[in-house]
Amino acid sequence: MVQPSPFVVNMGPQHPSTHGVLRLRLVLDGESVLDIEAVLGYLHSSKEKLQETHTYLQTIPVTDRMDYLSSMTNNLGCALAIEKLAGIPVPDRATYIRVIMSELQRIASHCAALGFFFNDMGAWHSPLMYFLQQREKVLDIFEMVCGARLTYNYIRPGGVSQDLPPEFYPVVTKFLDELPRTLDEMEQYLWDNEIVRSRTVNIGVLPRELAINSSVTGPVLRGSGVKWDIRKADPYCFFDRFDFNVPVGEKGDCFDRFMVRLYELRESIKILRQAMEQLPPGPWRSEVPVIFRPQAGDAYGHIESPRGELGYYLVSDGSVSPWRFHVRAPSFINLTALREMVIGHKLADVAVIVGSLDVVMGEVDR
Amino acid sequence: MTRSFTGDEFAAAIRRSFPGAVIQSERDAVVVQREAVRDICFYLRDNPELQFDFLSSVTATDYVDYFEVVYHLFSIAHNHSAVLKAWAEGRTNPWVPSVVAVWKGADLQEREMWDLLGVRCEGHPNLKRIMMWEGYPGHPLRKDFLEFDHRTFQAALQPTES
Repeated sequence: MVQPSPFVVNMGPQHPSTHGVLRLRLVLDGESVLDIEAVLGYLHSSKEKLQETHTYLQTIPVTDRMDYLSSMTNNLGCALAIEKLAGIPVPDRATYIRVIMSELQRIASHCAALGFFFNDMGAWHSPLMYFLQQREKVLDIFEMVCGARLTYNYIRPGGVSQDLPPEFYPVVTKFLDELPRTLDEMEQYLWDNEIVRSRTVNIGVLPRELAINSSVTGPVLRGSGVKWDIRKADPYCFFDRFDFNVPVGEKGDCFDRFMVRLYELRESIKILRQAMEQLPPGPWRSEVPVIFRPQAGDAYGHIESPRGELGYYLVSDGSVSPWRFHVRAPSFINLTALREMVIGHKLADVAVIVGSLDVVMGEVDR
Repeated sequence: MTRSFTGDEFAAAIRRSFPGAVIQSERDAVVVQREAVRDICFYLRDNPELQFDFLSSVTATDYVDYFEVVYHLFSIAHNHSAVLKAWAEGRTNPWVPSVVAVWKGADLQEREMWDLLGVRCEGHPNLKRIMMWEGYPGHPLRKDFLEFDHRTFQAALQPTES
């Protein structure tokens, strides 16, 4: 009689489903996962130490590269923290432009997250390509505004680096008019799909109390039923002037997290329409010297990035560079909950659960 | 809007149950005795008026003579926030109590504090390096980690168990 015994299988760091260089050490009994350990650090490039040698303006391009799928929100969090530390004012037009960029970025990032989520599930590239087609339109808009498709370096302390071009308004309005129909089509063919349901419902359940205690944030926390969105709870950049809802799941399984992201796309469209309407004329940045010395002290600025609460803890010693530059990366801290979500499921569910967490290794490892 | 506790308000809230624990209160934060950190954190989480159920971030800063550990706390229930700090004197063996038992979210962040800054979190169930590999010489985010010694680095590149 053959007696099976648990054995260790290594998943990653090079693996199509781990969303980057994430290494997972799985202890398996047949196909059931007994234990999982995430081994990190394969993309660690000491960005936090690097920032200690940069001036405050030079810290912005490095933040682009942490969560590289949503650079605008990275820049925004860093700029808000620096402005808090140094007391830099921001003109209204710049704030509205920041809101527009951050919500366009949320659309692009969620399109990528959802597309790859279905890719990991085995739907291969069909839904991925439909989602990426919408993401491409957003990347074209960003290229029109600041010249870059992935790492923008656009939102700087004091405002934004340049004003919106004249063709911005018609292009974005056309995009916002066409996007809801595409989202309706995606929802129609994915929501009630039997395979999607059987692979995501009741998979990777994260109970509400554990989610709060594990410091998870973003769609993962909201999928577990906690209505906590920093845009509503601690509004920054005039988010309290916009009328939008915060979608919340019930059970905390992969399906709820997918649903939260899909509905957040629709809410972003609402916010964008209102922001475009309310956009005032005026300067797009305030007069900030290229090299400045904030007063000694510390500041913590946080925003709602597409992956969760992105926080920047900056310590200044009165010189041109930060003394300490710490990034509270949402993907990194969301991985705390991975073990509880995976244990008890099968090997095939691991890729789906990691996909529903939506980790970007650039900000996990920094 | 999240209401942030000022240093004085937060110090008063902590002093009600831990009279001697507060060392100083800054404008936005409170510095407490490091031995009392875990008990204070249990109190902050479980007291129904404070109910700091969400630990946003725990990290440390190297101030050359000492290390300062900063806890950014939020309450999802009451929508208020506060900042708690603790000092670890000296550079040879700085330590603070681990708060993993209070908030599980501190798990990976405390491992990162140990790995990159060398601040031990006493009571952490799995204090291993997280970004660098076991056997890496030194703690990279420290202010005295500046010299890149090729020989030490080559020695550290030898394969270790992982």
